[in-house]
Amino acid sequence: MTYQPDRSQYPNKKADGSLDIDLKSGKFLKLWQGPQHPGITGNMSVELTVCGDEVVEGITHVGYLHRGFEKLMERRTFIQCFPIVCRICVPEPDFNEYCYAAAVEELAGIEAPEYANWIRTLILEMGRINSYLMYCGGQAGSFGMGVISQWTTYVRDLMLDRFEELTGARIYHMFILPGGVRDRLPEGFAQRMEETLCEIESTMSDVYNTMYCNAVFKKRSVGVGVIDIDLMDAYGVTGPNARAGGVAKDVRKDQPYLVYPELDFEPILGQDSDIYTRADIRRQDLLQSVDLVRQILAKMPEDGSLMAKIPSVMHWKIPRGETYIRGECSRGEYGYYLVTDGSGYPRRVNVRGPSYTHAMALLERMIVNLNIADVAGLMVSLHTYPPEIER
Amino acid sequence: MHELYTKLKQYFPLGELIEQRDNLAFITLKQEQLRPVILHLRDKENYTHLVLLTAVDWLEDNIFQLTYLLSNRANATDIGLRVMISRDSASMESIHDIWPTAATYQRELREMFGIDFPDSPRVNDDFILEGWNDIPPYRRDFDTLKYSEQTFSQRPGRETKDPAEHMKQKLYPDGA
Repeated sequence: MTYQPDRSQYPNKKADGSLDIDLKSGKFLKLWQGPQHPGITGNMSVELTVCGDEVVEGITHVGYLHRGFEKLMERRTFIQCFPIVCRICVPEPDFNEYCYAAAVEELAGIEAPEYANWIRTLILEMGRINSYLMYCGGQAGSFGMGVISQWTTYVRDLMLDRFEELTGARIYHMFILPGGVRDRLPEGFAQRMEETLCEIESTMSDVYNTMYCNAVFKKRSVGVGVIDIDLMDAYGVTGPNARAGGVAKDVRKDQPYLVYPELDFEPILGQDSDIYTRADIRRQDLLQSVDLVRQILAKMPEDGSLMAKIPSVMHWKIPRGETYIRGECSRGEYGYYLVTDGSGYPRRVNVRGPSYTHAMALLERMIVNLNIADVAGLMVSLHTYPPEIER
Repeated sequence: MHELYTKLKQYFPLGELIEQRDNLAFITLKQEQLRPVILHLRDKENYTHLVLLTAVDWLEDNIFQLTYLLSNRANATDIGLRVMISRDSASMESIHDIWPTAATYQRELREMFGIDFPDSPRVNDDFILEGWNDIPPYRRDFDTLKYSEQTFSQRPGRETKDPAEHMKQKLYPDGA
């Protein structure tokens, strides 16, 4: 028998559109999901108002991780900014490095060498794999399958080993800087990367059988958390969240950057736009990134210049101008808006992370009428990272 | 982009056009022209996606620059609409009815720059800061260093270096 909620107790709307919620009536309950909660995606919280076990209102609260990066950068020279930008997003920091570097290069009239661009693309795809592995674990965990995250964490750790040997760091790599990259691939890197990729493919096969074919996972994710196609533009939905609804947009294809025009791939699309489809799009994206890493290692030149000639970093001034650089990260469109004023410091840096729209306006819209138990699953399925919201 | 600019200019008084790339241009507008231009771009030219809304503080000119970046997903081009407003009692019309997601940007700008967007949902609610009673922190005249020195105490024994001087000494230890 299908569950039919009793909506007779639901709140009416006031004249200004807000809900008339009287907590003293005993019909409603305030429930905080986060900031300390296993079912929350990082340092944020959602203030839920529930009626029975259904959500009637959800308000996102951020501010637990504000470090003021955009303001900090106004006091730093262009080269001093590059080591801090990666800290804006922990699981996939390299997009910050790339977008910032590309924005500075464009306004300063610098072109990064081709070999450096191949390495940049490699790093971005490695970061994408890591981000998706973290997502898979989180999505499974939100529906009670804790073991999946242990498997994906293990293979993510192998990829962190590759990052460490390439960049010297596991999480914040500080490797892509204005003008190029810091180093070339170490000897035998391709061989060790191939072993890691094989391990990831093997694990993802297990994840597919255990998670994606699991009846409970399907029951709880198919048809739940559907993003209506009309909301895609209104709420600025991008990346896998949009592609799961059939929106064939991928910045790597639409506005190709780095060496993506040399690589053979097509954006992966879905139709149903529910939690399951988004999860499956990301799984396929992950496997596509595995293939892209192989393509990059096979096609990239054996050697080349790592850095373009840049001015003395002590006296580097960039003429007045503004630009916006975007890229397709694992969660959608990631962008940097940079304004320069002719001085040695950025006038304004604005970071546009996909979570800004997905975890705020979109989540608040979609959370209504959801069962409390599905809130975590929905949030994870939007793949949000709060540091991008508060920068 | 020049073609679109010429077309727009038939209907609206526009300021200068800056073509940054083939697929990115910035157009300066008057405050009152923003809504009609946005609606035209959205409904007639397929710029249906608000990428970002942010502000730049030009303190020396006493103006805020508001940048509305719109994207045409079909032909992968972007237009940045730049609106200059006075820093004194800064206020701007809300566009949350055009794109609901704009309300979040406007709430942030209200908190961080002190720019008001009347009628924007929850625009006066705390967004990132809680209990902030100083001037909006992303304004250029807010001194982060001074604020830190006044608000937080230094750990004894800690030495703070001026970043520029420290870097100079590291790079050129012999003063060359």
